[in-house]
Amino acid sequence: MKGGFRQSMAWLHTWTGLLLGWLLFAIFVTGTSAYFQEEITRWMTPEVRSVPADPASGFAGAVRWLEREAPGASEWSAYSAGKRTAGLQLYWVNGPDASADAPTEARLDGAGRKVEARETLGGWFLYRFHYDLHYINWYWARWLVGVAAMAMLVAILSGIVTHKKIIADFFLLRFGKGQRSWLDVHNVSSVLFLPFILMITYTGLVSLATHYMPWGVAANYSDQAKFVDAAFPWPAPGERAGAAPLVPVAPLVERAEHGWGVAAGSIRILNPGDRSARIIVSSAPDSSMFVRPRSITFDGVTGRQIDARDPSGAATNTESAMIGLHAGRYANMLLRVLYFLSGLAGCVMVASGLILWTVKRRARLPDPGRPHPGFRLVEKLNIAAIVGLPFGIAVYFLANRLLSLGIEGRSEQEIDAMFIAWGAIAVWAIARPARRAWIESLSAAALAFVSVPIVNALTTSRGLPASLMAGDSIFALFDIAMLVIAAGFCGAAFKVAQRDAGRAANRRMRKASPPATEVA
Amino acid sequence: MSRGTRILRGARAREITARALAAVPLNYAVTSALTVLIARLLPGGGAQASIGATMLSFAIFAGLAMTAFAVRSVARLWIAFVGIALFAGVVDWMLIHWGGRL
Repeated sequence: MKGGFRQSMAWLHTWTGLLLGWLLFAIFVTGTSAYFQEEITRWMTPEVRSVPADPASGFAGAVRWLEREAPGASEWSAYSAGKRTAGLQLYWVNGPDASADAPTEARLDGAGRKVEARETLGGWFLYRFHYDLHYINWYWARWLVGVAAMAMLVAILSGIVTHKKIIADFFLLRFGKGQRSWLDVHNVSSVLFLPFILMITYTGLVSLATHYMPWGVAANYSDQAKFVDAAFPWPAPGERAGAAPLVPVAPLVERAEHGWGVAAGSIRILNPGDRSARIIVSSAPDSSMFVRPRSITFDGVTGRQIDARDPSGAATNTESAMIGLHAGRYANMLLRVLYFLSGLAGCVMVASGLILWTVKRRARLPDPGRPHPGFRLVEKLNIAAIVGLPFGIAVYFLANRLLSLGIEGRSEQEIDAMFIAWGAIAVWAIARPARRAWIESLSAAALAFVSVPIVNALTTSRGLPASLMAGDSIFALFDIAMLVIAAGFCGAAFKVAQRDAGRAANRRMRKASPPATEVA
Repeated sequence: MSRGTRILRGARAREITARALAAVPLNYAVTSALTVLIARLLPGGGAQASIGATMLSFAIFAGLAMTAFAVRSVARLWIAFVGIALFAGVVDWMLIHWGGRL
């Protein structure tokens, strides 16, 4: 394009960034929240007071529960909730004589009892939203997210090219200088966190790689199913051969864990209570950076080892580590906090980039009082996207506490509440002048986040003072995090209001005495 | 707006459209053809080669998308992209036709 390589890359950076920035912001916010998915779910199910248990006895408890509750099933499986929270998620496939609407899943707590908690999707919903969105078909949602991620990758790479002095940007953050400050914020958040942002974008694409680029598989396999069988085998239950008692699973789990040196994450039992029974023990996805599990198959009657699988091969291991890096399940608490902060930096990067687009163009408007429709649209969409989603998430948490417990489709109503709140901010942004809308929506978000711990204290026995006294770190830190976020939104609202007041004062002064020199 | 500016604007809009079409749909075809080629040529068995090629495809796509906006001539850009896609596509077809698939 004309104007040289750097200019054309700057152009590309601006427009790919703007076009998909709003969606990217939503992906970044919900994806960042997913680093504390388990903790959010714990907070959203306050009835559950988990006691930690070691995996082997947990799986043994799960098998006892399934023998009692789902004896005729052709397949049982139990997934550990991970090292950060106790409990197991159970699934089973009912036999032919079970009724069609018989349950096929349950959640057990650390003590092996069925979890009775309010119906909610908790942190899992926010995690899922960051690549499947909501209300629209997941297949197309993933394409939309993939297009946004690719635009992000191109925006990052062209952004790097556009840069003149990348090292200096590490240390440059000038506040209170209008456009220059926004550019500094955009640069610091993206340059300082560049390794993370580049990593998270590329590994995000790799996580759904065959969805976007199925042709690499099609090159070597006539059918996608054959590739899946080869890469991720998933044996089906065999022919039944007559009743036989199931061997105790705890020693098998322990044997597998001893061999791997890492914790088991799940077990699958095919044809339980039959001579053809198989027990497949798999390693935990949060036990290392590699997410693809190792597995050992045992005979379900004799306990003899039949098969062992270890994902191997350079490409498989690379992919496994890339997805592991993206999801960060392996991370300890310190690393998890760093992941979270890096994710926040990504949110700041996208948001400041979107705002920078308007700030830069406002100065060049022929009449700043009456901007053209395109400018107004971007301005309003910025408010709706940047403030609307956080406000919606706060309302999601509030709805979790305020909706009555027994209602039909409760978890879906929590989600509806989030989108209604988000939409309300969008409508507000359209209806009000942009500056007022910024102040008002930021204040609304601050108010919503500050209400979360208050409503929690009023509706449960696990409010902030009680959690602090009981040393319940997850509940206490969740409430404190809400207050910190509220303070952030409050500060932002004040800042915008202050700047407006400053501008108004400037204008009055200029009217009173025509200035000899322009104040920048 | 003068007639000259209008003509210039129209030319710029057409150029950006041509580049965007090369950078997204045409790029997807080029990248797919190259991904198939890499998946056929990488060693280590079908699964490894397919996974490896698929992971590389995103770097290829991003690089080509940037190229589409970096090179000077739009005509040469299209000729190059279509040429690469056709060449890789024909080689892909021959490799699959004679080598077979799993």
